[in-house]
Amino acid sequence: MTPRERADRRRGLLLLAPTLAILGVVTVYPGAWVLWLSLQHRIPVFGVERFAGVSHYVFLAGDPRFWSAVWTTAVFTASSVALELVLGVLAALALAGQRRGRHLAFSLLLLAWAMPAVVTAKLFEWLYHPAAGLLNFLLGARLNWLGDPGLALPAVVLADVWRTLPFVAVLAYARLLAIPAELVEAAQVDGAGRAATFRHVTLPLLRRILAIAALFRTLDALRAFDIMFVLTGGGPAGTTETLTVYAYRGLFQMLQLGFGSAVGVVVFALVMTVAWAYVRLLSAEESRA
Amino acid sequence: MRRAGLARDALVLVALTAYAAPFFWQLLTSIKPEADLLRLPPLLPARLTLAHYRAVLEQSLMPQALGNSLGVAAATTLLALGAGLPAAYAIARLPVPGRRALLLALVASTAFPQIATVSPLYLLLRALRLRDTWTALVLAHASFALPLTVWLLAGFIHEIPRALEESAAVDGASRAQALRSVLLPLLAPGLASAGLLAFLSSWNEFLFAYTFTASEASRTVPVALALFPGVFEVPWGDIAAASMLASLPPLLIVVALQRALVRGLLAGAVKE
Repeated sequence: MTPRERADRRRGLLLLAPTLAILGVVTVYPGAWVLWLSLQHRIPVFGVERFAGVSHYVFLAGDPRFWSAVWTTAVFTASSVALELVLGVLAALALAGQRRGRHLAFSLLLLAWAMPAVVTAKLFEWLYHPAAGLLNFLLGARLNWLGDPGLALPAVVLADVWRTLPFVAVLAYARLLAIPAELVEAAQVDGAGRAATFRHVTLPLLRRILAIAALFRTLDALRAFDIMFVLTGGGPAGTTETLTVYAYRGLFQMLQLGFGSAVGVVVFALVMTVAWAYVRLLSAEESRA
Repeated sequence: MRRAGLARDALVLVALTAYAAPFFWQLLTSIKPEADLLRLPPLLPARLTLAHYRAVLEQSLMPQALGNSLGVAAATTLLALGAGLPAAYAIARLPVPGRRALLLALVASTAFPQIATVSPLYLLLRALRLRDTWTALVLAHASFALPLTVWLLAGFIHEIPRALEESAAVDGASRAQALRSVLLPLLAPGLASAGLLAFLSSWNEFLFAYTFTASEASRTVPVALALFPGVFEVPWGDIAAASMLASLPPLLIVVALQRALVRGLLAGAVKE
């Protein structure tokens, strides 16, 4: 190693130091500590603090409320990611042909994505109002969207899809613009209809970006908290209580820091497993291609 | 042909306006007189009022919350850019040991669920006597804003040809001068994109803000909105007005700084 290289190495570490220090404190340390916390009985208001081993996890294994939260999280994640992908691609296709008013079109689309999820929750709470809500007025119905156990989860999914489909749309749109027009024209010259062109030319080219969008959206959906916490608080009858909401209740409403942390660790493990599986899947596909 | 194109463009705009209807409906609600709120039809009220905005600005804690959110989001952005730019430069340009592992750790840390780190952070901030302060929120928000910023900026720096800095150095400029006069101007759009995303992520964040704040000394806009008080009934008009105020910075960014926003959004996803 030349002196110059050595100096560059030292300089590099020096430049990285502040970032590593901050992330060490706010990410790495809490990320490790939560594992330890989840092995403790810790109820700060009563001054309880003792080792519990894996007893929280054992309890969770037989806890119907936990399994209900797992199920709700799975349904929420699967349905909102699927809808976001389909609607996002449709929006991207519509935008790709847009010649005039593109800035306005993007403004209308991105606004939903850029505003706080708490605002989205308030917007939809008002739309879902049983007596004065716009949705019931338009449908000519009197449905109790957030109070009916059968409707609450779909209502939360709808609000989440509204908020996040712009993300998928923008990614897909950028990819669509990069597809050479000749490809699509060639397919049409060969007699392929619009549907066939989309299926055999456009969609395969969108695959990779949609896989990435699906990864990001799945991770976010598994971690989602704001939208259900503010819109329904997990109710009615626990039908919208996801793992994150259950963890929060354990932590800051039952004030069981150890137990709540154990539920948080489950979310953590779930997110990391999904991320790992996706990355493996993507790289396996690439090495085949 | 042209006619058909125009009609198609108009149709897409109409569809997108319908998509954005929940926002416009809330906007309309925020200027409806109290008496018309719970009556539907009519869709459009006979007269409009600013009473809800007056109530929110004069009688609620929203003005303090707006100040807190602006302060926290601005400080988070400065911290993310201030610490993140040197780190991104080191990753993109210098022979740092363990570079790949470092990048992987950065990406992984953006996937950390807040619900898992919220309890240790709560204990940590309480032990440091930082509860209910801006500092607590800025530190907590750095946990997602900083890795994102480093990741984006490293990508942007990587795209700028190294030869540009080297030729400036050949011309006798010191490395610091070359960075300032060559790299920084080329990186300006990237800095803007990363900064905007950091700002938005902090402005919108709810879980940490809800947990680490206790009073109007540090409560941010999403928290104030979630806790918006109603005495006997839900004040829908006031909530609508407060929602509009909470959406103002995101709205401005989407309309005025759209290009930088979309660039950042794409850069974060496409360079995996």
